[in-house]
Amino acid sequence: MAEKVLTARFEKLGSHRLESYERDHGYKALKQALSMKPEEVVELVKASGLRGRGGAGFPAGVKWGFVPKESEQPKYLCVNADEGEPGTFKDRYIMVLDPHAVIEGSIIACYAFGAHAAYIYVRGEFKKPQRRMESALLEARRAGYLGKNILGSGFDVDIWVHPGAGSYICGEETALIESNEGKRGMPRLKPPFPAIVGLFGGPTVVNNVETLAYVPHVINRGPEWFIGLGSEKNGGTKLFGVSGHVKKPGLYELPMGTPLREIIYAVCGGIRGDKKLKAVIPGGSSTPVLKPDQIDVNMDFDSLAGIGSMFGSGGIIVMDETTCMVRAAARLAKFYAHESCGQCTPCREGTPWIAKILSRIEGGHGREGDLELILDICDNIQGNTVCPAGDACAMPVRAFILQFRTEFEEHIEKKKCPIGRFPAPW
Amino acid sequence: MSEAAFKVNLKPETVKAVDELIGRYPVAEAALIPALHKVQDDLGWMPAAAMDWVADKLGLPRVRVYGVTSYYTMFRRKKPGRHCLEICTNLSCSLMGAEHLRDYLCEKLGIKAGETTGDGRITLEEVECLGSCGTAPVMIVDDEYHENLTPKKVDAILSDLELRDKGSADG
Ligand SMILES: Cc1cc2nc3c(=O)[nH]c(=O)nc-3n(C[C@H](O)[C@H](O)[C@H](O)COP(=O)(O)O)c2cc1C
Ligand code: SF4
Ligand code: FES
Repeated sequence: MAEKVLTARFEKLGSHRLESYERDHGYKALKQALSMKPEEVVELVKASGLRGRGGAGFPAGVKWGFVPKESEQPKYLCVNADEGEPGTFKDRYIMVLDPHAVIEGSIIACYAFGAHAAYIYVRGEFKKPQRRMESALLEARRAGYLGKNILGSGFDVDIWVHPGAGSYICGEETALIESNEGKRGMPRLKPPFPAIVGLFGGPTVVNNVETLAYVPHVINRGPEWFIGLGSEKNGGTKLFGVSGHVKKPGLYELPMGTPLREIIYAVCGGIRGDKKLKAVIPGGSSTPVLKPDQIDVNMDFDSLAGIGSMFGSGGIIVMDETTCMVRAAARLAKFYAHESCGQCTPCREGTPWIAKILSRIEGGHGREGDLELILDICDNIQGNTVCPAGDACAMPVRAFILQFRTEFEEHIEKKKCPIGRFPAPW
Repeated sequence: MSEAAFKVNLKPETVKAVDELIGRYPVAEAALIPALHKVQDDLGWMPAAAMDWVADKLGLPRVRVYGVTSYYTMFRRKKPGRHCLEICTNLSCSLMGAEHLRDYLCEKLGIKAGETTGDGRITLEEVECLGSCGTAPVMIVDDEYHENLTPKKVDAILSDLELRDKGSADG
């Protein structure tokens, strides 16, 4: 069995309490970090190569290094706990079962790049994770890990929960910042990047919950240990959330680079009812869908990019032979159309059109040329928008059509869906 | 009650919580979304008078607050039923039967998604991914997640709500 890091404490009774966290050497890494110079902490995290777990895989240490040392404006950390990408359900478990790991990692990050305040942006629907984070913050404040002059170090820092209110786009880092400022979640044009001008105009780092929860472990055990868990460019373990048609869906912590086939067949017990595998979305709904002959890929950032898909957030959605690919694509397009913030014409107008055309194909009213029309709309969206959400719709839709083209054509030719609705499992 | 006649009568702890929220930010305006949540948790929805109260409290133009409440799906501009059911039908949930459950709920309650039952008891909504795809299908019932749903579990949820309502009517 591979080593568990982030989930190691999950099954302990009261794992979310400070007492339990401290018993397991909690806040030891913070003490260690406070004894180092801030730039040494940045260098250590850089050396580990720890890549962001929110989707884009940008190295955390490098991101922290972008923040100017001297700044007239106060600096901020935003912890991204929006967890809105369909198929993704990992940060919620960390917040409920090990909230102090998130807090400790966040304090270390603040110390490293010189922020004195952080906000944990938790999606609005996550009431229990919000409560858990709030009470853990209270415990940490009482114990002197937060507030003025923490642990006698002379460093001041405070952290608060900031709830979202139901908007996928607020997971995008600049929309998150807008929302944290009390505005509509409309992404900002970059540059300037948040590291230069972010929350309240100050230099800001946005990091995912899972990324930050890893930081104390990297400090405690060092970069070599971290790299050794995975590989040079893809170190560490990763939380994979597997949903859909596997026998044992759920959250699994596995080394970076675990083959997708192993995850589906060994870890998750294979396809329910021993049916045939039809398609896999490897890293959340925005990542291009894979066919069964592609599942020998290693699950890491570079290997998935190498086969034209993306690693994303680690949310694996498995579909068996009973699944209509047009229906799956149409459902995702409907989601992106609903979530578009509306500020770019290609995304605002294009995504509802894609959703509409896909749903008419699924309903047996597809027209000749519809597939070209959708691909053309995808081309017009991709690369022409303020934020990557436009691409997040165009890329998977294009992949569904190109990978399963005959199934789409059959819908149009036969003027009906040859497969039907997603069957009920009961 | 018509919306115009609605008087905001917030619990003292709500007002205190909003005051405390403001202190967490360098500018009061940043407390807007958390403050709106506190007010909605208290009132059950977001009448215009409540938005005006928040606007005055944070020193914001009222239209700024309307703009925010209309952008975010969780703020209820229409008074919902006593209970809110929010069923996810995004891909992972639909693969596990969520569309069938939604239809089952519509049939049992005699309403379409987005509507409230005639007796004002239950509002049913179809929502996007709730970040709980590994335990699909998922539904939020009055803020609580209910996971791995089946028609049987849905039946149990509905009768539980009925019992609770009876209990509160009797007692
Ligand atoms: C449309 C969109 C939605 C996103 N949603 C999330 C999210 O829910 N959670 C998250 O951590 N990152 C999300 N991201 C990525 C963030 O913009 C950002 O890259 C990330 O929070 C950085 O953290 P990391 O470097 O630790 O991964 C999203 C990006 C886009 C374009
Ligand atoms: S791409 Fe879509 S979501 Fe992103 S800023 Fe433009 S309209 Fe908004
Ligand atoms: S798809 Fe329903 S919770 Fe994610």
